[in-house]
Amino acid sequence: MAVAKEIRSKITSVQKTKKITRAMELVAASKMRKAQDRMSVSRPYAEKMLQVISHLANAHPEYHHPYLISREVKRVGIIVISTDRGLCGGLNTNLFKQVLIQAKAWEDEGKALDFCLLGSKAGGFFKRHGGNIIATTTHLGDEPVLADVIGVVKIMLDAFDNGEIDALHICYNRFINTMKQQPVVQQLLPLVPASIEKQQHHWDYIYEPDSTVLLDSLLKRYIETEVLQAVIENIASEQAARMVAMKSATDNAGQIIEDLKLVYNKARQAAITQEIAEIVSGADAV
Amino acid sequence: MTFYVDVDIVSAEAHIFSGKAQMLFASGELGEMGVSFGHAQLLTSLKPGYVRLRKQDGNDEIFYISGGFLEVQPEHITVLADVAERAADLDEAAALEAKKQAQKLLEGKQAQLDYAVALMELARASAQLRAIQALKRKTVF
Repeated sequence: MAVAKEIRSKITSVQKTKKITRAMELVAASKMRKAQDRMSVSRPYAEKMLQVISHLANAHPEYHHPYLISREVKRVGIIVISTDRGLCGGLNTNLFKQVLIQAKAWEDEGKALDFCLLGSKAGGFFKRHGGNIIATTTHLGDEPVLADVIGVVKIMLDAFDNGEIDALHICYNRFINTMKQQPVVQQLLPLVPASIEKQQHHWDYIYEPDSTVLLDSLLKRYIETEVLQAVIENIASEQAARMVAMKSATDNAGQIIEDLKLVYNKARQAAITQEIAEIVSGADAV
Repeated sequence: MTFYVDVDIVSAEAHIFSGKAQMLFASGELGEMGVSFGHAQLLTSLKPGYVRLRKQDGNDEIFYISGGFLEVQPEHITVLADVAERAADLDEAAALEAKKQAQKLLEGKQAQLDYAVALMELARASAQLRAIQALKRKTVF
């Protein structure tokens, strides 16, 4: 019965794996729900801010903030948001592919690239393949706060202010639904005209202190918020992808267990049959 | 008769307050201010400190914010609250930290992105995933 024993231990080990993947699936599901809630919580802040910014931009056509002016692009800054942990299907792979396709297109146009990486997976990938990395941060956790992204955003904004980069893009996985996450490349700077809506004004704010100073700090906050929003959306995508991956892993484990049980029972039956045959033939001989 | 003004206090991380109030007190960049219904449009940055709300029932509610912006419309007040302590040197420190991490990552690595190799690795990874998908329905043993 040596074969049967081997199969039995194999079954036990697969059963244990199944328990783990099942637990991971449930954890991912609950984390995904939390991340989705956070996505909707921070949206009003960004929306209000954009509303005020577009008002300011429209009310003061004589003041052009550098963030609102398109200039000739020689260098592009890209913020890549990846996950910290694996076991989430093809999420990061698809994102990096999207980034590379876009980066290649830029490079072919003669634009140089600066990378800013969030999450250890992006760090690992670009470390292997090169690329000019000017800022990274990892281990943002499941509940990232604004303070986590201030550092990297400041580096990119400073680079934009100093003319080191002429455009800033952000790449992350957009959460569409549990089954679908879409890698997107979105332009942050200069703020595209579409997001600054044209409106007719018959009134203006009283500004304290100065409208330009306010616009400055509002724009900076707005970019930070957008990055944080992208990070949160990426986390929701990560958890959704992990949930699906772990669900299919659990299903697979169940399938394997069934198959193994079949093999085990066959082996057991064969052993019994053989034993009976031996006894019968032994009895015949006597 | 008292008029009530709609107040929203939002931050990037949480929705803090939403409702009607008689008056809102805050410490703006140029000094303390109280805002009630019908105030002229105003935009100001806020200093770290308290935002005090006199609510409909006359009771006060106090929120601590670490800076932010106050947008006033005649019938609506929005407080865009900062969640993190902001100071130039704090931001600078965070930026330096991010830069240091990047340099650590880059040590001994070429700065030129190798597209061919990178795309190949990605193709391999997605092929593996596809293979796993295909295997799913098939018996492994």
